[in-house]
Amino acid sequence: MEVGRSLDRVDAYDKVTGRAKYTDDLRGSGALVAKILHSTIANGVVKSMDLSEAQAIPGVVKVLTCFDVPDIQYPTPGHPWSVEEAHQDVSDRKLLNRRVRIYGDDIAVVVAEDELTAERALRAIRVEYEEYPVYTTPEQAMAPGAVPIHDEHPDNVLKHTLFNVLTPGAQVRDVDEVFADPAYRVFEDHFDTQAVQHCHIENPVSFAWMEGERIVVVSSTQIPHIVRRVIGQALGIGWGSIRVIKPYIGGGFGNKQEVLYEPLNAWITTQVGGRKVKLECTREETFQNTRSRHAIHFDVKAAVRPEDMRLMARSCRAVSNQGGYASHGHSIVANAVTGFRQTYPDELAHRSDAYTVYTNLGSTGAMRGYGIPQCNFAGECFMDDIAREMGWDPLAFRLRNLMPLGYVDPTNGITCQSTGLAECIRKGADFIGWEKLRAEYARPQAGPVCRGVGMAVFSYKTGVWPISLETASARVVLNQDGTVQLQLGATEIGQGGDTVFSQMCAQAIGIPTEDVHIVSFQDTDTAPFDTGAYASRQTYVTGKAIKKAGESFRARLLAYAAGLTHLDPGNLDIQARQVVNTRTGTPVLSLAELALEAFYSLDHCEHITAEESIQCKNNTFSFGACFAEVEVDIPVGKVKVLRIVNVHDSGKLINPKLAEAQVHGGMSMGMGYALSEEMKYDDKGRLLNGNLLDYKLPTAMDHPELHALFVETEDPSGPFGNKALGEPPAIPVAGAIRNAVLQATGVAIRRLPMNPQRLVEAFTQAGLIGKEE
Amino acid sequence: MMEILHCTLNGRPVEVGYDLRESLLDTLRDRLGLTSVKRGCEVGECGACTVLVDGEAIDSCIYLTAWCEGKHILTVEGLQDENGELSPIQRAFIQEAAVQCGFCTPGIIMSAVEIVGSGRTYTREELRKLISGHLCRCTGYQNILNAVERAVEECHKVAGR
Amino acid sequence: MYDFTSIYRASSVPDAIAALEREPRAVVIAGGSDVLIKIREGKLAGVPLVSIHGLDAELAGVSLLENGDLAIGPLTTFRGVTRDPLIQAHVPVLGEAADMAGGPQLRAVGTIGGNVCNGVTSADTASTLMAFGAELHLRGPAGWRVVPISDWYQGVGKVDLGPAELLCRIVLPRDHFEGWSGHYIKYAQRNAMDIATLGVSCLVKLSADKTTCEDVRLAFGVAAPTPIRSHTAEDGVRGLPVAQAAERIGTLALEDINPRTSWRASKEFRVQLVRELSGRALLEAARKGGAAV
Repeated sequence: MEVGRSLDRVDAYDKVTGRAKYTDDLRGSGALVAKILHSTIANGVVKSMDLSEAQAIPGVVKVLTCFDVPDIQYPTPGHPWSVEEAHQDVSDRKLLNRRVRIYGDDIAVVVAEDELTAERALRAIRVEYEEYPVYTTPEQAMAPGAVPIHDEHPDNVLKHTLFNVLTPGAQVRDVDEVFADPAYRVFEDHFDTQAVQHCHIENPVSFAWMEGERIVVVSSTQIPHIVRRVIGQALGIGWGSIRVIKPYIGGGFGNKQEVLYEPLNAWITTQVGGRKVKLECTREETFQNTRSRHAIHFDVKAAVRPEDMRLMARSCRAVSNQGGYASHGHSIVANAVTGFRQTYPDELAHRSDAYTVYTNLGSTGAMRGYGIPQCNFAGECFMDDIAREMGWDPLAFRLRNLMPLGYVDPTNGITCQSTGLAECIRKGADFIGWEKLRAEYARPQAGPVCRGVGMAVFSYKTGVWPISLETASARVVLNQDGTVQLQLGATEIGQGGDTVFSQMCAQAIGIPTEDVHIVSFQDTDTAPFDTGAYASRQTYVTGKAIKKAGESFRARLLAYAAGLTHLDPGNLDIQARQVVNTRTGTPVLSLAELALEAFYSLDHCEHITAEESIQCKNNTFSFGACFAEVEVDIPVGKVKVLRIVNVHDSGKLINPKLAEAQVHGGMSMGMGYALSEEMKYDDKGRLLNGNLLDYKLPTAMDHPELHALFVETEDPSGPFGNKALGEPPAIPVAGAIRNAVLQATGVAIRRLPMNPQRLVEAFTQAGLIGKEE
Repeated sequence: MMEILHCTLNGRPVEVGYDLRESLLDTLRDRLGLTSVKRGCEVGECGACTVLVDGEAIDSCIYLTAWCEGKHILTVEGLQDENGELSPIQRAFIQEAAVQCGFCTPGIIMSAVEIVGSGRTYTREELRKLISGHLCRCTGYQNILNAVERAVEECHKVAGR
Repeated sequence: MYDFTSIYRASSVPDAIAALEREPRAVVIAGGSDVLIKIREGKLAGVPLVSIHGLDAELAGVSLLENGDLAIGPLTTFRGVTRDPLIQAHVPVLGEAADMAGGPQLRAVGTIGGNVCNGVTSADTASTLMAFGAELHLRGPAGWRVVPISDWYQGVGKVDLGPAELLCRIVLPRDHFEGWSGHYIKYAQRNAMDIATLGVSCLVKLSADKTTCEDVRLAFGVAAPTPIRSHTAEDGVRGLPVAQAAERIGTLALEDINPRTSWRASKEFRVQLVRELSGRALLEAARKGGAAV
């Protein structure tokens, strides 16, 4: 079995020797440098620009402005394109924007021989603006009389959706009827999550040049085929005239599931005679000008049946601060309210009310979990608050209400085809010692340092069907020595994709993984079509394409072998690099012999390959739980996570060791989300902490030991029994830590992050600080 | 503002023309082609550009090439032995699955070279502190610590005999 | 590439002073971890530099002077301070404070002199040097001048450094450290790679029976626009039993501090940290001095 082995990563050797090439490593010499001029207002219009001084600086090749760009608005999110206009992404920006919508908007670009010259030229450009009021919150932007940030949305609401979902068979009109029923206890609460950033260590970077009439762009992206399409759309040229190359990338986490500056760079090279141009974001630009996780405000309500802890109905109103540009738009908050509903199917009814509102803050987009970390914080805090009020064990309360096997979502039909969630909860509870600690920490604790233990669970779908298209393809090519090449449009972004793809391919063919040479870089001229790395989709969706291509390839190998040996292909198998006669159990020829024959036979030469594409019209839920034990130093507002464990049901693991590593990274991201990370803006819309000193990404000293456990279900819809794992580990951590803090202190925090100042304020308000003075 | 730098790079004497305004990161990447040295923040906050100068791990983004005259500089490209064998640290990073996107990896490996080279053993908490000048978003540092710990132990066993 | 107009690599202290006299706009660069970042930010873009990097023979290292005072060369890196045996023997708290600046790579290049000369209130060694009553020995065109650290800070980022003057020695007088034990608390959002939300350095001189604080020195970073001493707190707890001193010192210190609300932290939060952490620092300093705490 190749699937299920904890193999070393196929790219590890190149990465530890420094030989793995990332975008800028391939740039070579002689590239021009492009630097962007960012607006110094957050809302308004560029009236004029004086370029004379900048253009006169020696070494400046060209200054291009928002007055020069094509009059085309284009979309940026890394979604599959939709041929139905109603489902297409929002096109709301140009390559450079005269209409300024965020502080630091892209209004001009300097192309120079070197970076210092470009920077000096930027400082020499004079800009005259017409300024409008700045809106940093949805409330401000939605207020009557507010200036529209985009003319297409006069009320600044990008989209509003309202869904009333009745559980099949329920005899009620809507949630309000349930909330009004005196048989139930009704709870209401409000939660806020903050904007955070991906913080991949490699900043977005691309270089572009022209070959003939075609534009070539090398970029650090998760989605090369989508980048190609969006460049075509943004420049108004044929998609086939663009070639995108994706080398190794230094992390993405969703920020590079966005077409960031590739279209601008592609256009710039056309303006300088096709010369090679590099466009690299500084860390500060990455913070200010790329994407971040949506800050969402939640108003939640629930009715529970006291006798049996059953959730009867809930409602969730979510207002999402989109920032200045639509990016992934409403999809994320829509996913959030749906995710809030799915984990605990209500007995009777549910209402999801979601708003996405333009403001003048930095644009928000896809980030690991796609709205679910937000709704999970709200939902899992809410569960603990209800349990606390009702005197229930929060674990038992959850177990009573979990999504059951066979659950079918009433709106999109996504079905629970396997679940190990209850087992995940039991395993996590055992690991942390739930019952004992829960009882121990429930007793009054002396002194200013208190301990608590908390938990949270989640559900997460796998890929985007049926909300969007799911498709993938794979190509397997025989080499002369009997090994194969695997070519994909799916991307390695650090998650270990290439390794598990190789394992899947080997499994499907029946050869060792060592004999699969994966082509890691994608070149849209040659890589089969795949939409790329996002939505935890690749092992599931691309996995199906790999399996299909591998099986086709195997059949062709055996057919060729049958022709050579005059045996029935049905009686042939591949074992230990040999074609074996299964009747006699004896090898008939090696794959290497077969390959040489196939390549060079004067009699019957055949290049054995297989290329298959699939459309995946299926989806399934993966699950997990997080348990955390914390110590809170109340007077100074410090939370120390003493122990933490994530337990995941991601179906069958393709590579347990890499799966474990993936979980560690997600837990780390969840801890930063819980305790320290936050993008801070002033009332002018300026980002205050857009660097790695002031943005508090956790260091090695801010982590406890991270524990990852698994419950391996066999999902019938997965190509190898597998389902989503990429994003889920980041989801339940903040809720678990918050609920542990709640047990430790009795104080229910409703806003992330739980940083020291916020905790000191909350503890002061609760009377835990300042009582004795 | 060009000058010639004379130094020892990965064990070999090197002479290279450079602009006095360059950081060591600029010179190593753009003039000497040592692309293992990564640019992540340019202000000494992420550690991706870490190299050893005279045996000490420093952020090459905030270190001027002009200060490197006569010094010994070591990057990941200089770690394999004469037979091409990986160093024990590199092996440990592979075996412990301490590598994900790989962008912070060369820098952390260089800090590990300094740690292992001290000849001491360390507690887990001490190791956390010793690698705290590196930001990694993929791993939660868990397997990186496992790898450094393993390399320290292996080398200490050999050296300690 | 950094946007500076020239860099003069000085061969000695007099050479550096002469270069600074020739080019009054020039900025001194030592470890570079502060100046290079300001150049990149644009705050110092286009300046000429005088580099004293590598003048270790004259400016780095720690020594015990004949009178028993401790002399620290300003080019001593944070790491050099932490690892120095004399620091460890006589003023370990200073080594501990230096070990909390940034991360390991920064501590290998950042210097204690730079930490003091940039005039930043959050500088990790500043509050401890303040508590020790360090003397700063400056050398300029007119010769040597000594400034007590209490007179050194003149405002945010401003220190009493004259034209073409170089900080050449940081001296801790013997009676300021002999018989004292100390503890520094860096309170920050992260445990590494961070700037202090509050820095508290407390020195204690215990009675012979280790029960009473014969004398106390308390200094803060980020409790005011510059590092400060809290004389009210020191006077208020002098002579008290350790536990009592620890209980009172935080509230007393509030008299002397003047923290600001910034987007990094509110005044109220910093006040709470002063109230809470002053006593914790005193207790730990006393424990290190042999008190049963």
